[in-house]
Amino acid sequence: MTTPLSVRVVEAELRTYRRTWRGSVFTGFLNPILYLLAMGVGLGTLVDENLSVGADGISYLAFIAPGLLVATAMQTGAGEGAWKVMAAVKWRQTWHATLATPVGVGSLALGQIYWSTLRVAMVSASFAVVMVLFGVASPPEALGAMVPAILVGAGMAAVTTAFTVRLQTDAPLAMYFRFVVIPMFLFSGVLFPITQLPAWLQPVAQATPVFHGVELARMIALGITPSVSPWISWFYLAAVLVVGTVLVIAPLRRRLTP
Amino acid sequence: MSDALIQATGLTKRFDDFVAVDGIDFEVRQGETFGFLGPNGAGKTSTMRMISAVSPITEGSLSVLGLNPATEGPRLRARLGIVPQENNLDEELTVRDNLYMYGRYFDIPKSELNDRIKELVEFVQLTEKIDAKVDALSGGMKRRVTIARGLINNPDLYILDEPTTGLDPQARHVLWDRLYRLKQRGITLIITTHYMDEAEQLCDRLVVMDKGKIVAEGSPQHLIEIYTPRDVVELRFPIGVLETLNGKIEELFDRTEILADRALIYTDDAERMMATVHEHGMEPETVLARRSTLEDVFLRLTGRTLVD
Repeated sequence: MTTPLSVRVVEAELRTYRRTWRGSVFTGFLNPILYLLAMGVGLGTLVDENLSVGADGISYLAFIAPGLLVATAMQTGAGEGAWKVMAAVKWRQTWHATLATPVGVGSLALGQIYWSTLRVAMVSASFAVVMVLFGVASPPEALGAMVPAILVGAGMAAVTTAFTVRLQTDAPLAMYFRFVVIPMFLFSGVLFPITQLPAWLQPVAQATPVFHGVELARMIALGITPSVSPWISWFYLAAVLVVGTVLVIAPLRRRLTP
Repeated sequence: MSDALIQATGLTKRFDDFVAVDGIDFEVRQGETFGFLGPNGAGKTSTMRMISAVSPITEGSLSVLGLNPATEGPRLRARLGIVPQENNLDEELTVRDNLYMYGRYFDIPKSELNDRIKELVEFVQLTEKIDAKVDALSGGMKRRVTIARGLINNPDLYILDEPTTGLDPQARHVLWDRLYRLKQRGITLIITTHYMDEAEQLCDRLVVMDKGKIVAEGSPQHLIEIYTPRDVVELRFPIGVLETLNGKIEELFDRTEILADRALIYTDDAERMMATVHEHGMEPETVLARRSTLEDVFLRLTGRTLVD
C-alpha cells in the first residue's frame, strides 16, 4: 500500500519536529498557564469585583479561557505559515528539494496545511488540559471548544502561507503580525465582548475568523448563546480554510516550478 | 521507439519573452554519462528542470524513461535521482534525518530506508558524520550528502546540475571518484557543468550549449578532434604588448584566438610554430604548449571563454 503524497509531507515534518518537540510541548503548557494566571486570575479579580461580563455570573477567567484558546490556535497557525514557509521557498529552498520527489505542488501545499493543523491541535490540546486544571471547563467541554480553535488555526495557517508564498522578502511578515495578527487577538472578542468597541469597528471584528471561533468556543465551553448563528460561524471558518488552501497552490506553482 | 532513456525534439523553454532553451534535440542512451556543457545562462539548468519534471516545457516534445513529464510527473520523479545546483538540505537536521525525510517522500519502507541510509552514507564516505548536523559540515561534505540523497530511491536516471561548482580541487576529485563508481555500476548519468575538465573526466557524450542552443555534440575526444587541432600554444605577453602586434599573429597562423591577456594558437606542430614566433621577433613573456581541451572547443565555437 502506498502512502498518500500529502501524508509523506506530514511525516517529513514530524521528523523535523522530533528535534524540538520537548521545548514546544513545554511552552504549549506554560503559555496558557501564564495567560490564564495573569489575565484570568490577576486581571479577572478586578473585573469580577466590578462587573460581570457574561450572563449567569460567569467569571472573567472562564470568559477569556475559550477566547485565549482560540487566539492561541490562531497565532500558532499564523506562525506555521510565516517565516518557516519563507525559509522553505526562499532561504533554504527545502521545498525545491521536496518537489524533486514524487510529491507535487498540490500535495506539498495540502501536506503543509495538514501538518499546521496537527500543530494547532497539539497546542490547543495542551491549552484545553490547562482549562480543565483551572476548573473553567469540564473535559468534554474543553475538548469541544478545541474544534473551532483548530479550525481557526488551520485557516490562519492557510491564509498566512498564501500570503508568504507571494512575498519576495520577509519584511511584510512583520507588518502582517503587527497589523493583522496582534490586533485580531486584541479586538476580536477574546478579552472583552466586541460590543465594547466603537460601533464602526464592530463589523470589522465580526469579519475576523477569531471572532467566529471565539463565539463557537464560548458556546461549547460555557453555554453562552452566540451573537450570530453558529451555522454562519462554522461555514465562515470552513470557507477561510478552503479558500486559503486554494490560494496557496497557484503562487507556489509559479514560484517553485516555473 | 528507440532505446533512448531521454528523447527531446524541438525542446523549448520560454519565460515570458526570454528564450532559455531554443528548440534543442538530443537523445540520452541507457548506461551512458551525458553532459551538458556551457557557460552560465546557456540553458543547461532549464533543460535539467524540464527533464526532472519540475518545469513544464513550452514547446516541442520530451520523453523521459518513456514517460511524459507533463502528465506523469510523480511517476517519473519517483524514478529519478536529482542533485540540484543548490544543495537545499535542511541544515538544522542531521545527515541521517535529511536522508530519512527524503526517503519517505519516495515512500521507501522504514526498515529498508535505515539500511539504505547507512549504505549511502558509507558510499559518500561520511559514516562518522551520519549524526552530525548538516550545518556543521564543509561544502564538499554537504555536496556529498546531496549526492547520497539523490540516490536514496535507486534512480534509473541520475541528474546532477553542476555537481562540483564552488568546491575546492580536492573535494572535486573525491566527488568525481564517486560519480565514476556510479558510472561503473551502469547508472545513466546526466551532468551539467561549466568545467571542461569535469566533462572530459566523466562524460561519454556531451552537447555544448550556448544561448539556449546546442552548438556541438559528440564525445569529448571527438569534439576536440573536429573543432581544434591537437595542440595549443598559449602566448602571454607583457601588458600592452599584445595590442602593438597589430594582427601579426592572426596573419601568421590560421587558427588563433586573441584573448585579453594572451593569444592562443592552434596547431598540429607546436615546436615549429614556436620557432615561427621567434623568427618574427615576437617576445612573449611565457609560452605554454599543451593539448587541446574542451575549453578550446568552446572558445572555437562561441568565440568566448566559458567562465566570463
